[in-house]
Amino acid sequence: MYAQLVETGVKRLKTYEEMSPEERGFQLKIDAETKIEAKNWMPEGYRKTLIRQISQHAHSEVVGMLPEGNWVTRAPTLKRKLQLMAKIQDEAGHGLYLYSAMETLGADRDEEIDKLHEGKAKYSSIFNYPTLSWADMGTVGWLVDGAAIVNQVVLQRTSYGPYSRAMIRICKEESFHQRQGYQILLDLMREGTEEQKQMVQDSINRFWWPALMMFGPSDDQSPNSQQSMAWKIKRKSNDELRQMFIDQTVPQLEFLGCTAPDPDLKWNEERGHYDFGEIDWQEFFDVLKGNGPCNKERVETRKNAIDGGAWVREAAKAYAEKQQQKKQKVA
Amino acid sequence: MADWPLYEVFVRSKHGLNHKHVGSVHAADAEMAMENARDLYTRRSEGVSIWVVPSAAITASSPDEKEVLFDPSDDKVYRHASFYELPDEVGHM
Amino acid sequence: MSKAMTQQAALHEYLLRLADSDMILGQRLCELCGKAPALEEEMALMNVALDLVGQARNWYEYAAELIDDGRSADDLAFRRDAHEFRNALMVEQPNGDYAVTMGRQFFFDAWHYFTIAALTKAPDERIASIAAKAAKEVQYHLRRSSEWVKRFGDGTEESHQRMQTAVNDLWRFTGEMIEADEIEQSLFKAGIGPDPEQLAADWKGLVNEVLTEATLTPPPEDAWMYRGAKVGHHTEHLGYILAEMQFLPRAYPDAKTW
Repeated sequence: MYAQLVETGVKRLKTYEEMSPEERGFQLKIDAETKIEAKNWMPEGYRKTLIRQISQHAHSEVVGMLPEGNWVTRAPTLKRKLQLMAKIQDEAGHGLYLYSAMETLGADRDEEIDKLHEGKAKYSSIFNYPTLSWADMGTVGWLVDGAAIVNQVVLQRTSYGPYSRAMIRICKEESFHQRQGYQILLDLMREGTEEQKQMVQDSINRFWWPALMMFGPSDDQSPNSQQSMAWKIKRKSNDELRQMFIDQTVPQLEFLGCTAPDPDLKWNEERGHYDFGEIDWQEFFDVLKGNGPCNKERVETRKNAIDGGAWVREAAKAYAEKQQQKKQKVA
Repeated sequence: MADWPLYEVFVRSKHGLNHKHVGSVHAADAEMAMENARDLYTRRSEGVSIWVVPSAAITASSPDEKEVLFDPSDDKVYRHASFYELPDEVGHM
Repeated sequence: MSKAMTQQAALHEYLLRLADSDMILGQRLCELCGKAPALEEEMALMNVALDLVGQARNWYEYAAELIDDGRSADDLAFRRDAHEFRNALMVEQPNGDYAVTMGRQFFFDAWHYFTIAALTKAPDERIASIAAKAAKEVQYHLRRSSEWVKRFGDGTEESHQRMQTAVNDLWRFTGEMIEADEIEQSLFKAGIGPDPEQLAADWKGLVNEVLTEATLTPPPEDAWMYRGAKVGHHTEHLGYILAEMQFLPRAYPDAKTW
């Protein structure tokens, strides 16, 4: 979800016979669930796919600070303010864990961030939607982090060791995020005024479909999934994850006393799953291409922060060098 | 820009345990690396002690050399305490 | 101090000063969310902001208990108007560039550090315990902000220029922080808070030391100082800060929960 449509550059899976001895050894390790570590030999495609996926994931965490940052200065109570601040800080932290995992593959963080700022790198499309009311802080925590967790729990078993370890750490820390969001909504629905309850329903109406899109296109539209699954970078298909998310979310939605903006959403006894309506994939691809409500603002904000901070980072570096020289003189 | 170098971070989570590698941070100097590591890796009071080491200063074995580096010691059982059988009367050692 | 103001009322005022300064500076740092000059700084800024808003909550809670007029800690933070706020003028100044952000932080942290240290010795146990928890946090804030002042001052030509400008511009808000009024004088006599003369000397000593090490020129001692926060006369910035910070409780006055 935080990494949608990751290119693998591979059109068709190779059979064991078609692989070079190195590739075969690598694939056997993967098949035996042995984690790949930074210094292991790996196919170039695997390395590049991972760099793309982990950097997308990291960018998503960092850009994901902005929709919530939009309300942190307007949080309505001291408790809510502190919770939201802690959550946003975790997101920055998770971005850093992920960039750190990515750098073990020989990628340069600054270069990857530059790609984001030039509009060449993707990040989760969900963060291109605006947060328009306080209830969105609840919905983002509940639906957006909820969808993220479904994906990330599975990614703890991803084949690349540093990525897997970052995911384990992130999942451990993120458990409070979804609860924090759900509790905001629950409090508003239980003890809120009529206006506050409407705020919640309106927020769910706006975020429901974009949250479902977070898992990426349907399996038959995901040409890269097959290779990512064979490399065990991905562990479950987009549609499987989406269904898991819906199945666990609908009872929570009902408990809130709210509805989803989907007339086709209903329990299917035979399948043992919820059926749901057709996702507007045109909207998904539009947002991914840069035509979402906030794409421009999000990327600009990040770019301005890093570009505008160049003199700060240079100053710190210059100071460090001067201090080093002083130390050497003394010694 | 590539301006702040990378430091590897090791955290001792409890007294009596070894420092364990947890990830990396970028920083202009070691002092800043220490503070950044504190902010990033011990937000939930996970640590009692932190080491930061410039990533460039680390030499790592290649996992593909595992056999050369580590297998020879597999037969040096005398390095392991259980190799030495002591009479029960000696008690715990 | 006017005769009408009892020791108790003085304490209420003082607690609000502590709380409001923490709160407003925390709010200013929240504005930087997602906009820090490096990702590592996002973590650090939010850490400091979390500490400050956490401290504000502790002081507001105690103030609300003592004032005891039915207002909660949240009411004190979100339902008072600018003229009722008692935060230092320094903390309501805009973030500016990162030299201003760090200069503001450093001037405040230096004051905060000595003030909190003295408050840990207060005979009022609640104050002493809130201060004891804050003391560790504030020590870290001060170390961080003074390091940044040094980095900028002794960094590049550009950063030196920016830092010197920030120091010069912010200087006029430092006077009121280290100049005790009757309330602070009387509380000091009751064992609460720092010795005013000592605080001023400590603050000046530390600030001079750091600025000198940073190769910056401290502004003249007799420079003109902007005053008024202690009686609710703020700069124009505070009204806008509150308009944003208090928006929800003000727009939905009937809301009982958030």
